Amino acid sequence: MDLSLLVIQMLNGLQLGLLLFLVASGLTLVFGILDFVNLAHGALYMLGAFFCATLTFALGNFLLAVFVSIPIMAAVGWVLERVLARPLYARDHLDHVLGTFGAILVIDTLVHLIWGPEGIQVPLPDYLEGQVPLWGDVVVPTFRLLIIGAGLGAAGLLFWLVNYTRLGMLIRAGASNRTMVSALGINIEMLFALVFALGAALAGLAGMLIAPITEASIGMGNNIIITAFVVIIVGGIGSMKGAFIAALLIGLIDTLGRSFLDDIFKFAMSTEAAETSAPAVSAMLIYIIMAAVLAFRPQGLFPPKVR
Amino acid sequence: MKRILSMALAATMLTTPAMAATVKIGFVTTLTTGAAVIGKDMENAVNLAMDHLDGMAGDTKLEVVFGDDQFAPEAGKQVTDKLVKQDDVDVVAGYIWSHVLLASRKSVLDAGKILISANAGPSQIAGKLCSENFFSTSWQNDQTPMAMGEVLNQQGVKSLYIMAPNYAAGKNMVAGVERTFQGEVKGKDLTKWGADAQLDFSAELAKAKASGAEGIFVFYPGAAAGAFIKQYHQAGLKDTMPLYSVFTVDALSLPRLQAADFESVVGSRVTQQWDPSLDNAANKKFVDDFKAKYGGYPSFYAAQSYDAIMLIASAVEAVGGDMSDQDAFRAAIKAADFDSVRGDFAFGTNNMPVQNFYLREVVADADGNWTTKVVATVYENHVDSYAAECSMN
Amino acid sequence: MTRKTWITLAAMVALAVLPPVFYWTGNAFYLDLATRLTILAIAAVSLNLILGYGGLISFGHAAYLGLGAYAVGIPAYHWLYDGIGDWATNGFVHIGLAVAITSTFALITGAICLRTRGVYFIMITMAFAQMIYYLIVSIETYGGDDGLVIDTRSEFPGLNLDKPLQLFGLAYVSLVVVMLLVNMIVNSRFGMVLQAAKGNNERTVTLGFNTYIFQLVAYVISGAIAGYAGALLGNFTTFISPEMMDWRTSGELMFMVILGGTATILGPVLGSAAFILLEEILVDSLTWVEHLLDGILGMKIELSNYWHLPFGLLLIIIVLYVRGGLMGLINRKED
Repeated sequence: MDLSLLVIQMLNGLQLGLLLFLVASGLTLVFGILDFVNLAHGALYMLGAFFCATLTFALGNFLLAVFVSIPIMAAVGWVLERVLARPLYARDHLDHVLGTFGAILVIDTLVHLIWGPEGIQVPLPDYLEGQVPLWGDVVVPTFRLLIIGAGLGAAGLLFWLVNYTRLGMLIRAGASNRTMVSALGINIEMLFALVFALGAALAGLAGMLIAPITEASIGMGNNIIITAFVVIIVGGIGSMKGAFIAALLIGLIDTLGRSFLDDIFKFAMSTEAAETSAPAVSAMLIYIIMAAVLAFRPQGLFPPKVR
Repeated sequence: MKRILSMALAATMLTTPAMAATVKIGFVTTLTTGAAVIGKDMENAVNLAMDHLDGMAGDTKLEVVFGDDQFAPEAGKQVTDKLVKQDDVDVVAGYIWSHVLLASRKSVLDAGKILISANAGPSQIAGKLCSENFFSTSWQNDQTPMAMGEVLNQQGVKSLYIMAPNYAAGKNMVAGVERTFQGEVKGKDLTKWGADAQLDFSAELAKAKASGAEGIFVFYPGAAAGAFIKQYHQAGLKDTMPLYSVFTVDALSLPRLQAADFESVVGSRVTQQWDPSLDNAANKKFVDDFKAKYGGYPSFYAAQSYDAIMLIASAVEAVGGDMSDQDAFRAAIKAADFDSVRGDFAFGTNNMPVQNFYLREVVADADGNWTTKVVATVYENHVDSYAAECSMN
Repeated sequence: MTRKTWITLAAMVALAVLPPVFYWTGNAFYLDLATRLTILAIAAVSLNLILGYGGLISFGHAAYLGLGAYAVGIPAYHWLYDGIGDWATNGFVHIGLAVAITSTFALITGAICLRTRGVYFIMITMAFAQMIYYLIVSIETYGGDDGLVIDTRSEFPGLNLDKPLQLFGLAYVSLVVVMLLVNMIVNSRFGMVLQAAKGNNERTVTLGFNTYIFQLVAYVISGAIAGYAGALLGNFTTFISPEMMDWRTSGELMFMVILGGTATILGPVLGSAAFILLEEILVDSLTWVEHLLDGILGMKIELSNYWHLPFGLLLIIIVLYVRGGLMGLINRKED
């Protein structure tokens, strides 16, 4: 196995992990603080991609479209919180699941109605279409580097927000003890709406960043939501640090599994068997990891201290 | 509200099969999910065929009932059951996906009805599972990639990297190109398909690049096509590793690739049994009217669906609308006495078409729209590799 | 008898009578629909035992359904292609296999899953189901991703499952038996402990009950019943694909239970009926409206492909305004 391929695959894994983190961070915030199971979080990811795609054509520039789409997504999150989430806070998780499943169906079908069944290809400006030679054989597409940069930037911003601002202090307090925060006379409704909007913006951003690579398509959110749930469970619900580490871990494992597992399997079985079983086993890996983590640490890797 | 619903139910139930003057065709395709873009194109072609026929086959009225397979074998089988049992259709046609066709096949054949695939051509159904009541207006999955393998040999490509989705058709495509390609296969990736299909190919493209193969062969139908070509473009592989694809660069992906300005796809070569530029009267009428009505080139999916309806209409006319004599109707289908958009059309022993395969190139047409044109004929009257396994010989 | 019991009886009688009537009047498809919903109702009732009464939200129940179906498909496959003995088509063998495999799987995974609580439990049950899903996908012999066509149905003496009415009959009787069984379980001492553990696990433990064992037993029973339903489902569809066991199907089973009303005997049956019939009703009525608009306005407006929209809205409305699902509607009128 050659080293530069390994490095490239690690970068690919990092990129996937950071995208997962963007989706998972919002999910873990909403889950940890609001105690709300939002299956429709993936639909927000999809909406981000579609808004950004349309705006890219309207404004003629992808990056501009991203900056305009982020506040739009926050607004969408705000509305969703008002209409669907808020009336359900007092209910149990089962009601959240059923209600947000209904929301997925509604949002998916609306997207089908508005944008049609085909996906949208998002054009990038020329300077993002090329490749960057890092060293030696290691050449990566520019846009993937941008995703890594944007992912790290968003993670840094979030870290600062949670650890060094008043809002962050409330969020941290909310994650460990909800009743205490409301007892402090904080406008808890406002805090919840803000958290929801923040989560929607982050998920939307992830969708915007992936759209130029794959495309904006119906159902794209349903593919990532389960992986994002795996991330927050492995990381420990409500833990930003846990979500970050688990996202990178799962991104790397998934990518490295897809790249090298069939070669490894070929040592043990026939080429043909290796080629068909490797994709399945590499897809299984993240679930094996989650089950293993939960079997030994039933609260995930980094459970918030007080619940 | 309740009354409207029950009326609606009654209305659907009352469409009884007793009216012998109408022949009903069930058409199963994907009308929801992202793959609906293919289904929509097929639906358009079917409606165009019905326009051209004025809804009549001779003196018999034709009616098409569409069914949505939701891109899933189980749902496809369910909707097929509904068409057969509830709508009591006389013929079932359509099917984009090999796994959906394999799952649904039994429902139609057990009911003693004729099944016509307008796209999917899994190896089993051409070989071991062949049936006198099953016909295809498309191809057997292996054929198109086999033609591509020949093209690669002719062009002196020595080594190849292969990528395809991990499902029935994907495996057939890989088997097809491997059967004829004489160089070395440097590596192969089968990626996850279905409802959560993998669309980010970063790891696979990095492997392909590291393998040093002289070319890359891919099969990514529908929405995955755009995603793959973009990432291929972004990875900068165009000059070092030319793209050879089947069922990936088509009339559905080209307009979107053009909108996103992916120049690297112009000039790329694909093999196919049909092309909008094929010179025959039926094809010219089909392509011109399709463009006039729907504002874009028809895809090969559309061409095959159009052929399927025309084939059925020719047989219904031949038996004078009398569907009670199934042997006569089957013989009329097998005769394939209609003007196919691909020119000459005949069925082989296993009821798969025996037909030409062409090499096509992506070019810009007179209006600047990207399309394909025929460059060469790779196979003439090609018979698929599984015909020998069919017991109908 | 209470109003609820009356409604339960009426619903079950309707389910027994209507499908054959449809069949005899030439609407075979509606019998199929009824068979499908009856089989899924069995799985939903089994899920309700742990989800509704036990508070153990399993997000992996489709795996049991799938394993049960493969327990029919795999022997039938070897019977046809490898010529193994006729025992491989025997229905008792199929059901025995289905129940044995699913209860073993439930025992092993349940032992691990029950170490976790709440959302972690939801996710770990899903993880195990996904593992089974990918395991089946990787086995090329049985069709992998493409699924497996079941060429011959289970054979029982005196029963021919190729006859749609007999298959429906078997499914219906099974559903009634399973409903009675679950009813018996939840009203037994065992069921009381299970429900007490749902309400307050610590207190129940303090009372001297090893709730872990109680929950594990319930988990195994529930898995075995779902496996049995899977064997019926395989006989019904004569086709199995791994997709039948992915998390979406598990989710749908969960939604059926919640929609119908958790911790009720009839709820899961109503939920699966609503889930399956709504799709048909919405698609059919939207198609009807399409034709109507085509007739009046002379233009084709596509509606039926968008049936998920009203369906999703209905789910949201039910969650927001009807507590306790469809059974909640019935119970409310009783107050």
